[in-house]
Amino acid sequence: MELHDVWFVLIAVLWTGYFFLEGFDFGVGVLTKLLARDRAERRVLINTIGPVWDGNEVWLLTAGGATFAAFPEWYATLFSGFYLPLLLILVCLIVRGVAFEYRVKRPEEKWQRNWETAIFWCSLLPAFLWGVAFGNIVRGVKIDQHFEYVGDVWDLLNPYALLGGLVTLTLFTFHGAVFTALKTVGDIRVRARKLARWVGLVATIVALAFLLWTQADSGDGKSLVAVILAVAALAAALVANQAGREGWAFALSGVTIVATVAVLFFSLFPNVMPSTLNGDWSLTVTNASSSPYTLKIMTWLAAIATPLVVLYQGWTYWVFRKRIGTQHIAPDAAH
Amino acid sequence: MDLALAPETLARWQFGITTVYHFLFVPLTISLAALTAGLQTAWVRTEKEKYLRATKFWGKLFLINIAMGVVTGIVQEFQFGMNWSDYSRFVGDIFGAPLAFEALIAFFFESTFIGLWIFGWDKLPKKIHLACIWMVSIGTILSAYFILAANSWMQHPVGYKIDKARGRAELTDFWAVLTQNTALTQAFHTLSAAFLTGGAFMVGISAYHLARKKHIREMKTSLRLGLITVAIAGLLTAVSGDTLGKVMFKQQPMKMAAAEALWDGQKPAPFSIFAYGDVEKGHNSVAIEIPGLLSFLADDNFTSYVPGINDVNKSEQQKFGPGDYRPNIPVAFWGFRWMIGFGMASFAIGLAGLWLTRKKFMLPQHLRVGEDEVPHLVLFKNQALGPKLTPWYWRIATWTMAFPLIANSWGWIFTEMGRQPWVVYGVLRTRDAVSPGVSQGEVLTSMAVFTALYAILAVVEVKLLAKYVKAGPPDLTEADLNPPTKIGGDTRDADKPMAFSY
Repeated sequence: MELHDVWFVLIAVLWTGYFFLEGFDFGVGVLTKLLARDRAERRVLINTIGPVWDGNEVWLLTAGGATFAAFPEWYATLFSGFYLPLLLILVCLIVRGVAFEYRVKRPEEKWQRNWETAIFWCSLLPAFLWGVAFGNIVRGVKIDQHFEYVGDVWDLLNPYALLGGLVTLTLFTFHGAVFTALKTVGDIRVRARKLARWVGLVATIVALAFLLWTQADSGDGKSLVAVILAVAALAAALVANQAGREGWAFALSGVTIVATVAVLFFSLFPNVMPSTLNGDWSLTVTNASSSPYTLKIMTWLAAIATPLVVLYQGWTYWVFRKRIGTQHIAPDAAH
Repeated sequence: MDLALAPETLARWQFGITTVYHFLFVPLTISLAALTAGLQTAWVRTEKEKYLRATKFWGKLFLINIAMGVVTGIVQEFQFGMNWSDYSRFVGDIFGAPLAFEALIAFFFESTFIGLWIFGWDKLPKKIHLACIWMVSIGTILSAYFILAANSWMQHPVGYKIDKARGRAELTDFWAVLTQNTALTQAFHTLSAAFLTGGAFMVGISAYHLARKKHIREMKTSLRLGLITVAIAGLLTAVSGDTLGKVMFKQQPMKMAAAEALWDGQKPAPFSIFAYGDVEKGHNSVAIEIPGLLSFLADDNFTSYVPGINDVNKSEQQKFGPGDYRPNIPVAFWGFRWMIGFGMASFAIGLAGLWLTRKKFMLPQHLRVGEDEVPHLVLFKNQALGPKLTPWYWRIATWTMAFPLIANSWGWIFTEMGRQPWVVYGVLRTRDAVSPGVSQGEVLTSMAVFTALYAILAVVEVKLLAKYVKAGPPDLTEADLNPPTKIGGDTRDADKPMAFSY
């Protein structure tokens, strides 16, 4: 395996980590409107992800930075080509981050409600748009011989990519719902389970359609295994959720996300961004990658830092492992 | 196309706006993390409640700041790909690596441990909780270092070769990129300026409360901590700035000449305090100068030759072909002066404060009512002057808070604009770095969106800061005073409210 192949895998791992982790915190953000009935419940929801969402988001920054370093051409084409959707995602991430931090800094109900609305929309939109972006990456876009994206923003809104958006949105919401069931006590936990059932069923239908489409278009033996795994894990997650095995349900919805990302990257390889205009103009792991020297340094970095990150982020989840409920929320919101 | 709306111009404006805005929060974040960690350390060691209250107070302001620093930083990382894709293609092999290091080593550190610190008050034993804020502090400093190494490479490219076949620059020596003198001095200068910023911020807010005779115990401690920080950081900023100036003189003679509006080479060269020039004709019509000082600043020697703007322009034309290699001279000239002026003014005011608040010059013990008395500052043991002087110092110190922020902004504007027309000095021109496929409308949209969003957030953040500054240090809860002894918190009362919740 050459180093640029290693980095293709590592980038896939970083995106997987991002979607697994921020997937559930996007989902919880969406649930603040779908599940929570009152202010106290919204606070419970937000506090289930409070200590970890920031760390989760860094997986995106790392995926971005690593793509820049390992596949500069890919980074350049992707971010200049998908300009407006990315702008929307960035705006959402800015507002969302500020919303989490500032919502509780004033006691007025209106202030907090506005930030909660921001959290809902700024979780929902990126959850949808990342799917659209990856749908387009896998399907291929109009790239010319200079590796420049020459399509426009409407080209990005094709049925396949939009279906991809629905996949990530529903999967993340399901992931968030089972996470909520796992992390809360009381009434909200019961309702999270019920909601997970419905969202999970929708996610299954949407994901099945998208994954089969992908498999038919650009799949191979490996991606077929991943498709089967994704669908099986999703079905099993639904069963576990129904049985009240919340830990299992969460782990299995996580497996679904991992397998879905695997399908995308298996279909992609050895391309990183196919051109729909001419196969020779596609960005591949070889023509988009950095020099072997840079990749070697980056490999050392990844080999040392990644296990450490997983270790101390894992520890964070251990520290905050207790379930929370409305009784843990102090009645006075002001600090 | 109209030059004022050309994608390059718009992309540059956008980069300038987002960077300067981002950098209002970064220095405060870096310094307040360390200062808050210092105060919390004092609490853990002495168990004096004033330290804990001060920790909570400054910690809160730190959190309001870091929230903005983090979210505005996200834009910075993706902007290279969005607006500067040809830059990214050309230098990604080199520039991407420190960014990836920053993300994998520093960002993960910061963001993970800050979550632990915020929510960990009733979940972690005292010392482990303290370690978390130190980890955050280390993360912020590492982050600054990696990004400055990347920026320094743009100022002074080292450890690379040009691959003609692939049309890009390739890394040959990463260690050289991380440890070249530009990176080291820039990191030294930027970090000391960051502490000058945080110190002045602490002094200003403490002075505000002391002027109102509120929260005296915590604010006296904070005032002294801030003043000492200003004094040390101010000195280091000056020393490192001087070193950086000499490095810059060797590596970017044009920037130094522009900073001085020195049109033609001179030996010895004077430092100009004020200059008004004609950019087209290439000379100054008015200039007030100190003879020989520029030679000294550039080369440690009062008689050295310093090349002028016209000389460097000519030699660069010979080297790189015809063209205008002059940056915007008035911006460079005035940016350089505002940076030094505001930075050094805050240093001077801090030094004055440090001297004025010395123990033996404060109001004598027998004249104080109690420990909560704000002592008057006394000049030369002249006790009659003290009461008159004190309110003035508090007022000045409060306003001085803004000085380092202004100095920082101008410092960056100077260092980035002084390098134009190059984005990578001598290697890649800014006009060749923009995204060719991105339309004017797209850049205009994103610039409008970010500018509007940042303006709104600025209002929100300043209001919040003001609210928390006015509120002063919070009252301590039982959970604060009796932190858990084991990780995960105590199980005695499983239903008690969380010490911190969003």
